[in-house]
Amino acid sequence: MTEFAGWLMPIQYTGIVDEHKAVREAAGLFDVSHMGEIWFTGLGALETANRLVTNDLESIQPGACLYSPMCNLEGGIVDDVIMYRVGEDVLFVVNAANTAKDLAWILERCRELGSRARVEDRSMNTVQIALQGPAADEVVRKVGLAELVSLGRNRHIQVIVEGKPVLASRTGYTGEAGFEFYHDWDAGDFLWEMLFEAGRGSGIKPIGLGARDTLRFEMGYCLYGNDIDDSTSPLEAGLGWTVKLDKLDFVGKQALVAEKAAGVKRKLVGMELLETGIARQGCAVKADGKEVGHVTSGTFSPSLGKGLAMGYLEAGLWQPGTEVQIAVRDKELKARVTRLPFYVHGSRK
Amino acid sequence: MTLIPENLKYTDEHEWLRIEGDTAVVGITDYAQHELGDIVYVELPPVGKKAEVKKAFGVVEAVKTVSDIFAPVSGEIVAVNEALAADASVVNREPYGQGWMIEIKMSNPADTGALLGPAEYRKLLGE
Repeated sequence: MTEFAGWLMPIQYTGIVDEHKAVREAAGLFDVSHMGEIWFTGLGALETANRLVTNDLESIQPGACLYSPMCNLEGGIVDDVIMYRVGEDVLFVVNAANTAKDLAWILERCRELGSRARVEDRSMNTVQIALQGPAADEVVRKVGLAELVSLGRNRHIQVIVEGKPVLASRTGYTGEAGFEFYHDWDAGDFLWEMLFEAGRGSGIKPIGLGARDTLRFEMGYCLYGNDIDDSTSPLEAGLGWTVKLDKLDFVGKQALVAEKAAGVKRKLVGMELLETGIARQGCAVKADGKEVGHVTSGTFSPSLGKGLAMGYLEAGLWQPGTEVQIAVRDKELKARVTRLPFYVHGSRK
Repeated sequence: MTLIPENLKYTDEHEWLRIEGDTAVVGITDYAQHELGDIVYVELPPVGKKAEVKKAFGVVEAVKTVSDIFAPVSGEIVAVNEALAADASVVNREPYGQGWMIEIKMSNPADTGALLGPAEYRKLLGE
């Protein structure tokens, strides 16, 4: 167990590799209730929420979800969030460690905008469970939620389970097929128990933070605090697809327009170690003896069986195949820039 | 419960030694492998290198963490478990058997005086 953003969380249940493989090959169940849930309701909820993010909430309909960075005036990432359009309301699912920061930041922007929308942090009353893996559809069928099987990617619906409302979305942080569920804390652990029971025959396993990290890493998904933070822009982080510069005004737009025009100076890339070893966060990356960047996430990839890393590199080194060296303790290990995601065989629908 | 064989000596850095005459076979304990989690690489020195008591002689890389392995005694490294290069996970499965790491020909047998017995090691773990 470890302390994470004020929550006591398991790093692993049966072992990181074992759990990782269960998600890639069968199914895994994650208690991710530490994630924050911030709701925008009432008059101007949608407009207000949309002013705070780089992606465009108007591009999706109620019943859909959208990933977006939320940027500061300089274009740095305050947080990266999954946004849900729920009727007239908007839900931001935010990183646990950022919930308090985000809420304060959002409320301040609302004041500046003169927004009348109601902003509410329901994190402490919300359970979030992720069911991920190729057997996810089979598991939801077994618990009587067959309607979820036809749910399209990034779509969500409300279902009733044992008389209790549950928000279910086809989303995830692993690259596999699956769902994320939200329900009231007061409702207890009924959903976890049901899913776990139903998944027994499919080889379902509970998944800790360790495998959650290796799974997202193999997909090249950014982890806030590692790969992105207040000082990195979405354009540098390879999240350009989430930055809609043709959208009406949003916080950070000016800075991002300027950065795009000038071109980014560094970019987040994937790197594959060509020698035995594991590069970890903070390791320097070199080219021709000169430091050209650093590793922001690095681990052994359980699916690919080798050391992989993500990190920011200076211009001129972004082309896949470019050779670099990563300083690991007293050695410089040969590495090669590779395309992200590292893992391309996920069952994600 | 952690496995702590009676016939071995231990260090407070969670290495074990099996002393046979003036040589000692060294590995990491069941507790250590469990704390590290899935071990993917073990970096060991070449045969012939000197080991110095309480100095790192190798590195264990697990998925989540990396940890130095310290020499429990000084001497010359006379054997290295080459099999770990192909499959380091054997350290997780058999920390006291096939997961051994190096064999040291001790230069100062008095080094063993500072080692822990099984009961002392169990006490260190708070079990």
